[in-house]
Amino acid sequence: MTQENVISIKDLKLHFTTTKGTVQAVDGVDFDLKPTKAVVVVGESGCGKTSLAKAVLRLLPRNAGQYSGKIWLRDIETMSLSDEEYRKQIRWIKMSMVPQAAMNSLNPVLRVGEQVAEPMLVHAGVDKEAALEQAAKMFQNVGVPVDFLNRYPFELSGGMRQRVAIAMALVTAPELVILDEPTSALDVLTQANIFNLLKEIKNGLETSFILITHDISTSSELADIVAVMYAGQIVEVGESHRFFSKPRHPYSIKLMASVPRLRSRAEPDFIVGRPPSLINPPTGCRFAQRCPSRFEKCVNEPPIYRFGDDWVKCWLYEGKGEIK
Amino acid sequence: MKNIRNSLKEISKYPSAIFGMIIILLLVALAIYAVFTIPYGEAVRLWRGGEDTVYRNPKNVPPSWFNNFTDKSLPISVAVVAGEDEEFTKVVTPGVEGSSIEYEYSFDFQYDEYPQELFLYIQADYQVKNPFISITLETPGGEEIRISDFGTSARQTYRFSQDDRLETRLRRLHGREVLPIHGLFSVPESDPLEINKGVYTLKVLASTFEENSDVRIEFVSHGLVFGLFGTDHMRRDLTTAILWGAPIALAFGLLAAATTSVLSMLIAAIGAWFGGWVDELIQRITEVNLVLPFFSVLIMVGTFYSRSIWVILGVTIALSIFTGAIKTNRAIFLQVKESTYIEAARAYGASNSRIIVRYLVPRIIPMLIPGLVSAVPSYVFLEASLALLGLGDPTLPTWGKVINDAYTNGALYRGQFYWILEPAVLLMITGLGFAMLGFALDRIFNPRLRGM
Amino acid sequence: MTQEELTIKNTTDSSENILVLDDLKVYFVLKKYGFQHAGYVHAVDGVNLHLKRGETIAIVGESGSGKTSLMRTILRLNVPTGGTVTFDGDVVNDLSPVELKAFRQKVGYVQQDPYGAMPPFMNVQTILEEPLKIAGIKDKAERRRRVIQVMDEVKMTPVEDFLTKFPHQLSGGQQQRIVIARAMILDPVLLVADEPVSMLDASVRVEILKLLRNLQATHNLAVIYITHDLATVRYFSEYIYVMYAGQIIEKAPESELIDNTAHPYTHALLAATSDPDPKNVDEMQDVPPGEPPSLVNPPQGCRFHPRCPHMMPGLCDVEVPPEFDLKNDHLVSCWLFREHEIANERS
Repeated sequence: MTQENVISIKDLKLHFTTTKGTVQAVDGVDFDLKPTKAVVVVGESGCGKTSLAKAVLRLLPRNAGQYSGKIWLRDIETMSLSDEEYRKQIRWIKMSMVPQAAMNSLNPVLRVGEQVAEPMLVHAGVDKEAALEQAAKMFQNVGVPVDFLNRYPFELSGGMRQRVAIAMALVTAPELVILDEPTSALDVLTQANIFNLLKEIKNGLETSFILITHDISTSSELADIVAVMYAGQIVEVGESHRFFSKPRHPYSIKLMASVPRLRSRAEPDFIVGRPPSLINPPTGCRFAQRCPSRFEKCVNEPPIYRFGDDWVKCWLYEGKGEIK
Repeated sequence: MKNIRNSLKEISKYPSAIFGMIIILLLVALAIYAVFTIPYGEAVRLWRGGEDTVYRNPKNVPPSWFNNFTDKSLPISVAVVAGEDEEFTKVVTPGVEGSSIEYEYSFDFQYDEYPQELFLYIQADYQVKNPFISITLETPGGEEIRISDFGTSARQTYRFSQDDRLETRLRRLHGREVLPIHGLFSVPESDPLEINKGVYTLKVLASTFEENSDVRIEFVSHGLVFGLFGTDHMRRDLTTAILWGAPIALAFGLLAAATTSVLSMLIAAIGAWFGGWVDELIQRITEVNLVLPFFSVLIMVGTFYSRSIWVILGVTIALSIFTGAIKTNRAIFLQVKESTYIEAARAYGASNSRIIVRYLVPRIIPMLIPGLVSAVPSYVFLEASLALLGLGDPTLPTWGKVINDAYTNGALYRGQFYWILEPAVLLMITGLGFAMLGFALDRIFNPRLRGM
Repeated sequence: MTQEELTIKNTTDSSENILVLDDLKVYFVLKKYGFQHAGYVHAVDGVNLHLKRGETIAIVGESGSGKTSLMRTILRLNVPTGGTVTFDGDVVNDLSPVELKAFRQKVGYVQQDPYGAMPPFMNVQTILEEPLKIAGIKDKAERRRRVIQVMDEVKMTPVEDFLTKFPHQLSGGQQQRIVIARAMILDPVLLVADEPVSMLDASVRVEILKLLRNLQATHNLAVIYITHDLATVRYFSEYIYVMYAGQIIEKAPESELIDNTAHPYTHALLAATSDPDPKNVDEMQDVPPGEPPSLVNPPQGCRFHPRCPHMMPGLCDVEVPPEFDLKNDHLVSCWLFREHEIANERS
């Protein structure tokens, strides 16, 4: 059934209670990911993508409200595990994460080698020597010189620190790594080097990635599949070659059109208005307000139309694809 | 404006803050009341004492309401002027040359102790022939005790307990040696002496021998309780000092705290902004000042130079500016200085003074306010401590001064607890009020402390 | 250049060039233990730049290239260590405070962080009025008029709704519009924009860039656009300066730089800039490894040589390459082009 997929998410929901109301950050997300593939979740700020990362890895804040849905990692349905089981079996063993601005969240008083070794000590239960050996191997994988093991974070550049954070996520050899804006604070060349590295790891170490970003241009470097997120929901999933040539959902089309391109003279477009608040999301199609192609049907929430493994959540495709 | 309303709403969430604010408001009300009912000049005059001011006051007695806490009922103090106070009647009967004036004062003596002293203050108007005074006391038993007869001068004070002939007469009445006051108010021939409770009438008959001659009589009884707050060793009514202590303490505390905080902040801002030798200089001055023994310097100034409260206030402020506050404020300013909007302000031509006042200072004001409020009690106690050591301003009625007087006159050994407790309790309440408000403000303005 | 030549150059250029940087050097002293110093950070090491009135140029570089120090020196937030900054014919290296203030009012500055650029305790109206008050405009009605006018220009309408808002109540795009409004309110002739859209969402970036472009056209503004994102540069600038390790290593008109890229570093920048292209995931990007060098002890010779795939030993690591003229206003500092003529100062 879902064994062939590294991860399979169905109807994932995560809401937060705040003084201003319930923030429906993740409101019914589905997608599947095959092994050694990378899915990029693209969306603007405020669409809920960081909350999605937290929801998948069960790193819930104190004010989390509803948390429901199903997440299959290979054969294990993780939502049914208790917190303790989850910590022992899943987190950093089958799945790990490089959080946003990871290079700034390294412990300043510990050497980087120790920090990379730590997940091995905690989750794989090996002794310190073995853990440091594994850390050294990881350093090689991510392109950090091995003699940096004994350095402190402040002695490394931003790019190096980000590589260390990636090493930390890979050291227990999980099958799936979630990366939340891994390069947004880095320079262009460093960014390109990191993506080259991720490509090597994807193919060489056979790791799957979920990359979360707002930058649709750089996402094309790693994406095998693109999932576009808007207002807490995924509105389109597409195989990347097809997606970047012909996106389906009007939001995807607008997003692609709004990016200034180096190699094209086309005048970029922009999208009027702002994304809706996640506290009171609009009924019906959440993009309708800003959609140039909206029509009467859009007052109702559109169903999902499948095109093979791709799908899109938009009334415009009624009759063109199968309903999921 | 909206910020203040929001802040008030926040403050109301903390019970300690509300309590503190209530205390402070009451103190402020007390201060305002003091200043309005007893104007400054009046207060200083009352506090200076002197016979004319305090003649009606007994010495070292507790407040009137003290009576509620004792099993023995203590006599109150009385001062009535004939003709002016209705209980003391004055009837003038003109004659051929001069007149005959009858004065009567009735009172109900139900107390368990004798008054300290009784006086009759006589002022007579005449040209040549002085009037003649005759005093009697009618006791509850109906007996009329003849007290004294004499020709009065223009100003005369008759002190009951110093009249030997009265003493002799009373000895005969009671059949034993007895003090005049005791003799007047005891049951005749009682052994031990028992107070004769009942209605007494004091009668004075004045005979004048000129046409426009007149006699003004004031009867004063020094009881064993007096007024709202009692009296001290100089017979001054402590109400003056207790009431006036409030505005002085508040003014000193607030002025010192506010001036010090604002100046500390400005100097820290200047140092942080300009850097270089200005900053170095300020830091070195601060470090030297921190080492100086603050209190000792104040004592020296008080002893050798002047004890005027303005001098003390000035020296306090001068020594308090360059302290730890400068260092913490500077740390914050150094951080804020690097803000993007400061750089933008420089880019559109803002001058250094403008940046300091309009862009740096507003960032620190939320921190400043709790510190200011919490600092007020220290300055209030400082002033009181100096007064306690005898270095207070001698002319001003302050709480510290009262404690100082009480201490030097051995109040605690003599059981005159009210003398120390009244100012001490007020000082403590002041400190409590500001401290509670200060802590609550600190938690509001520094959200990181909220968990505590 | 002799003093005479310099003067002549200034008078002929004074109507055309609004900004000239001549061999600009900005060194920061690295202090160690109080008074000793441990060397200099050569943040800007010999930069020549010309900006005509109404022209838009871009300065492209990564962090550590010195572009931030260069920009701050242009704004006179730093004082140059060497060379001159000439604005509208006047050298601004040392100006009296009065002259400096006048200069500051002719240059607008838009920063990278829209929220940080505004005092959090002031509302929009106060923020916009500050430059006016500093410029000495005492009439309240006049100030209000100008505030409304500039809010209109940046499309923050209805104006009344926004005047009382505080920065934290606005979205990123709105915040940046206010910052731009503030930069424009004194009607400057030069606008310096430091990564103005890099902290904004993708969909908002184009809006803001379009706004800047409109303002530039309406007011005939000279604009210096500083960024590391070459994709937006193509959209917004006429002439591009590429900066590396404190020096300008290539400069050309926009299309010339992109179509006829010369310097290996510029090649690398272009290769590293991704478009949303379906082919990207199948290919590695052709970028050199390593990081920009330390500005305290930069490499000898060409500063890019440790990372350059075309490094020629004995030449690139020994001598600093001069500027070679590739025609079409395209100059490059790279030994690969030693066949070309060495460029004179661009006039």
